[in-house]
Amino acid sequence: MATVAEPVTIKSPGPPGVWGWLTTVDHKRIGILYGWSALFFFIVGGLEALLIRLQLVGPNQELLSADAYNQLFTMHGTTMVFLAVMPIAAAFANYFLPLMIGARDVAFPRLNAFSYWLFLFGGIFMYSSFFLGGAPDGGWFGYAPLSIEIPEVVRMDFWALGLLTLGVSSIGSSANFIATILTMRAPGMTLLRMPVFVWMMLVVSFLLIFSLPTVTVGLFQVLFDRNFGTLFYAADAGADPLLWQHLFWLFGHPEVYVLILPAMGIVSEVIPVFSRKPLFGYSFVVFAGVAIGFMGFGVWSHHMFTSGMGPVAESGFAVATMMIAVPTGIKIFNWLGTIWGGQLRLTTAMLFALGFIGMFTIGGLSGVLHSIVPSDSQQHDTYFVVAHFHYVLFGGSILGSLAGLYYWFPKMTGRLLNERIGKWHFWLTLIGFNLTFAPMHFLGLIGQPRRTYRYPEGVGLDFWNLAATVGAFVIAVSVLFLIYNIVVSRRNGEIAGRDPWDARTVEWLTASPPAEHNFDEIPIVTARDDLWERKYTIDDNGYPVARENPNIPALKEPDELGEIHMPSASYYPALTALGVVIAMFGLAYLPVGFAAVGVGAMVMAWGIFGWSMEPVAKDHAGHGDEEHDGD
Amino acid sequence: MKRRALVGIPALALLLSACGEKNLPLDSLDPEGPIARDIDNLFTVVFIIAAVIFVLVETALVVGVLKYRRHKGEDDRPVKQSHGNTRLEIAWTVLPALLLAGIAVPTVATQFDIRAEPTGERIEINVTGHQWWWEFEFPQYGFTTANEFHMPAGKNVYLTMTSEDVIHSFWLPNLNGKRDLVPGRTSNLTLLADDPTPTGQPFFGVCAEFCGLAHADMRMRVFVDTEEDFEAWAQAQALPAVIPTDGLAAEGYGTFGRVCSACHAIAGTDYQQRLAPDLTHFGSRTTLGGATFTNDTAHLEQWLANPSDLKPMDPDRNDLESGRILGMPDFGLESAQIDELVALLQSWK
Repeated sequence: MATVAEPVTIKSPGPPGVWGWLTTVDHKRIGILYGWSALFFFIVGGLEALLIRLQLVGPNQELLSADAYNQLFTMHGTTMVFLAVMPIAAAFANYFLPLMIGARDVAFPRLNAFSYWLFLFGGIFMYSSFFLGGAPDGGWFGYAPLSIEIPEVVRMDFWALGLLTLGVSSIGSSANFIATILTMRAPGMTLLRMPVFVWMMLVVSFLLIFSLPTVTVGLFQVLFDRNFGTLFYAADAGADPLLWQHLFWLFGHPEVYVLILPAMGIVSEVIPVFSRKPLFGYSFVVFAGVAIGFMGFGVWSHHMFTSGMGPVAESGFAVATMMIAVPTGIKIFNWLGTIWGGQLRLTTAMLFALGFIGMFTIGGLSGVLHSIVPSDSQQHDTYFVVAHFHYVLFGGSILGSLAGLYYWFPKMTGRLLNERIGKWHFWLTLIGFNLTFAPMHFLGLIGQPRRTYRYPEGVGLDFWNLAATVGAFVIAVSVLFLIYNIVVSRRNGEIAGRDPWDARTVEWLTASPPAEHNFDEIPIVTARDDLWERKYTIDDNGYPVARENPNIPALKEPDELGEIHMPSASYYPALTALGVVIAMFGLAYLPVGFAAVGVGAMVMAWGIFGWSMEPVAKDHAGHGDEEHDGD
Repeated sequence: MKRRALVGIPALALLLSACGEKNLPLDSLDPEGPIARDIDNLFTVVFIIAAVIFVLVETALVVGVLKYRRHKGEDDRPVKQSHGNTRLEIAWTVLPALLLAGIAVPTVATQFDIRAEPTGERIEINVTGHQWWWEFEFPQYGFTTANEFHMPAGKNVYLTMTSEDVIHSFWLPNLNGKRDLVPGRTSNLTLLADDPTPTGQPFFGVCAEFCGLAHADMRMRVFVDTEEDFEAWAQAQALPAVIPTDGLAAEGYGTFGRVCSACHAIAGTDYQQRLAPDLTHFGSRTTLGGATFTNDTAHLEQWLANPSDLKPMDPDRNDLESGRILGMPDFGLESAQIDELVALLQSWK
C-alpha cells in the first residue's frame, strides 16, 4: 500500500546523445547537468584542499610555494562556494522545484538552460587561468586594494570576470525560480502548502536578486581600477578601501544563507519522511527561513569587526548577528521535535540529515561566539573561523545536500543508491569531517592565522594540523565511496518505483524518473503533505490509517496522453552563453582582447536573435509519440 | 560516541592552555594583560553557555535517535501525526532571544571599554604596515624600528596604525584582539601587559589580514620590560648609528651607501629612505625577514645572497620612484661584500 508497485522501465526521457544534452531545456536534464558539474567542481575543489592540507601537515613544509598556496586557497574557496555548493542547490532546485509544486517545467526553460551553460562556461573560464599565467590569488573575498595592486597580471581579472559571469547565471536562475514558484503551482498548492524546500529556494532566489547587484558594482569597480586606471580603491587618491568590504559582504553574508537555506529545506523534507511524521511546526520553520532571509541583510559588517567601524556600529551589527541565531535555533528545535515521537528509519538519507543537525549546530554555536565582538577580535581571520564556516558549509550544506542526493536519487534515476555503501560513506564523511575541522577550532584559538602557507615550529601548531590533514584524506576516501555508489547504483541499483520512501510530497506521485512532461495530469493539491493524504487518513487519536483506495492515478501509456505542450529543444541558450565567455576572455586581455570581445558580442547577438525568433513550443502534431516513449 | 568525544576536546584544549605554557606563544586563551583578560572572560562565559546548549541539543538528538529508531526487523507502526506545538515553539523562540539579549549587554559594554582611548601617561607607537613587514615609530623617543619592539609592563601603549600599501591586521593575541591597518585611514589599539616577558620568550604577533605573497611571513615579536629596562632600550634605540671607520664594517658601509641606502634608513646619516626597515640598530634585533628567521650570521648571509630564497617576495615589481616595494631584490652581491655587510649590520647594536 505504501509504495505503488508497478512494472518500471527506466529510461531517460528526451533526445539522446551529446546534442540532446546541449540543447535540452528540460528542467530535469538541466538539473542533472548542474549535478554532474557541481560534483566535478566539488572534486576539483577537494583536490585543492588536499594540497593545502599536505602543505600544512607540518611546520615549514615546502610542497607548495607561497604563490601556489595563495592560488589554491583562493580557488578552493571560490570553487566550493560558487561552483560546487551553489550549483548543487541549483541541481536539486531545477530538478525538483517544478515537480514539488506540480508544474511541467520552470517558467523560462531556455533562460534556465542559459543559466546552466553560463555557469559551466564561467567555471571553465576561471579554471583556464591556471594555464594562462596563474589562477586568482587574492582570496575568494578579493579585498581591495590587494585585488587591484598588480594589474599587469591577469589573475584577479579572471576572478572578477568569472564572478560576474556566474552572477548573471544566478540572477537568471533566481528570476526563473521566483516566477516558477509564484505562477506555476498546481491547483490547490497554496503558498503555505508548498514543501519547505520550495520555500527555501524562494527565499534564496530573492536573496540573490537583491544581493548580487552590490557585489556586481564592486567587481566592476575592481575591473575598472585594474584596467582603466580609475581610482575607486586608491587610498592615495582619497578612496576608502573599506567600501569594497561593505559591497562584498552586503552580498557575501546573504550568500552564506544562499548556501545553507537549500540544505535546510532538504533536511526539512527528509526528516519528516523518515520519521514518518509531518514536519513539526511547518509555519515556524517556513517563517524562520524567511526571517533569516531578511535578517541576513542586516549582519554583513560582522565580517568587518576588526576593520575599525567604531564601537557603535560594531555593537549594532553584533546584536543583529546574535538575533539571527533565534530563527536558526527555531529550525533546529523543530527538526528535533519532528524526530521526537516518530519511528525513525535510519536510511543513509536520514543519517545525513541527522548529521546535518548535529554538525550544523556546532557551526551555529561558534557563529554566536563570533558575534561577541571583543572575542571575535581574537578569533577573526584565524582557523577558528575556518572551523566555524566549514561546520556550516560542510557540516550543513554538504551533509544536507548528500541527504538530498540519497533521498532523491531514486526519483532521478529510477534506482536506489546502495544503502550499505551509503552507510560507509556517511560514517567516513562524519569521522573525516570532524577530524579535519574540529582541530581547527583549537588551532585558531592558539593563534594560527588563516591564509598562511607555512607556520613556524615550536608554537604548538604541529599536532592538530597533522590531525586535520589525516581527516582531509578520510573525507577524500568517503568521496570515493560516494562516486562508486553513484556509478554502481545508476546501472545496477535496486529499482525504486514511484514512491520508495513512503514520502509525503507530490514529486513522488509521478514516475521515477519522470517523463519529460512530469505529470500525466497535473495533480490537484488538497493538503500540505498532499501525497501522504492521498495514501492515508487520520483516526480520532491522530494516528494514520491507510486508505483503502489511495488516490494515486495510474501512469499512462504514451498513446493515452492528450496533447501536452512542452518547450522545444534549443541550442541558442548554450550559444549565447558561449558568446558571453568569449567576450570575457577578451576583457581579461585588454586592449588586445577587444577583438575577442567583438567576436563574443557577435556570437551573443546571434544567440539572442535566434532565441527570440525560434518558436517557443515544439509542433506537437507529428511528434507526440516519439517525445513520450520514456514514460 | 563521536559527538561525546567532541565535547571533551574543547575542554581539554582549554585545560591545556590554562597551564599557560609558553610553547603556545600566540595563544589567545592566555591573556597577559587586563584588556586581553576582559576579552577572555567574556569569551569564557559565552563559551560555557554555548557548550551547555551544545550538550543539550546533541543529547536531544542522540537520545531522540536511539529512542525512536526503528529497530532491525521491527515493522512500520502507526505514528501519531503531530503537526507541532505552538506553545513549545514560542518558548524556544523567546528563550534564546532573551538569552542572547543577556549576552549582548556585557558584549557591548566590553567593546566600548576596550576601544576607549587610554588617558594619562602612555607610550605611543605609530605602526605602519608594509608588504611584508612592520614599521614601529616611537614619536616620544624619536626613533623607528621594525618587526620587533619593547614596551613597559603596567603602562598603556597606544598604537596609531595605518598601511602603506594593502590592508594588514595587527594581532598580538596575549595582549589584545586584532585591528586592521587600512591604507588612507588610521586605526588605534591599546596594549597593556601585566608583567615583563621572561628572557628569550617575547610575545609573538602576526599580520592577520591576507596581504599577498608573504602574508605568512609578516610576523612580529614584542618584549615586555620593566619600566627601567624599557627606558634603557628606548634611549639606546634613539641613539644614531655608529659609523665604522675601519675594518670589514667600514668596507660594508660603502656597499651600504651604494646599494642598501636606496631603501633603508640609518639614523644620524643622510640615508633616510624609508621604503624598507630602518636598520639603525639592526644588530640589536633577535629576528630578520619579518620576524621569521633568527637574526644570526647564517640567516643574514643567506638573506643578503638572495632574500627571496628565505622569504617569498616579488622584487621584480619594485618601483623606487613611486615608492612601491614588494621585497628586497637579489643584488648579486659577492661573498666578500656579504661578509662586509654582515660585519656592518651586526655592529649596529
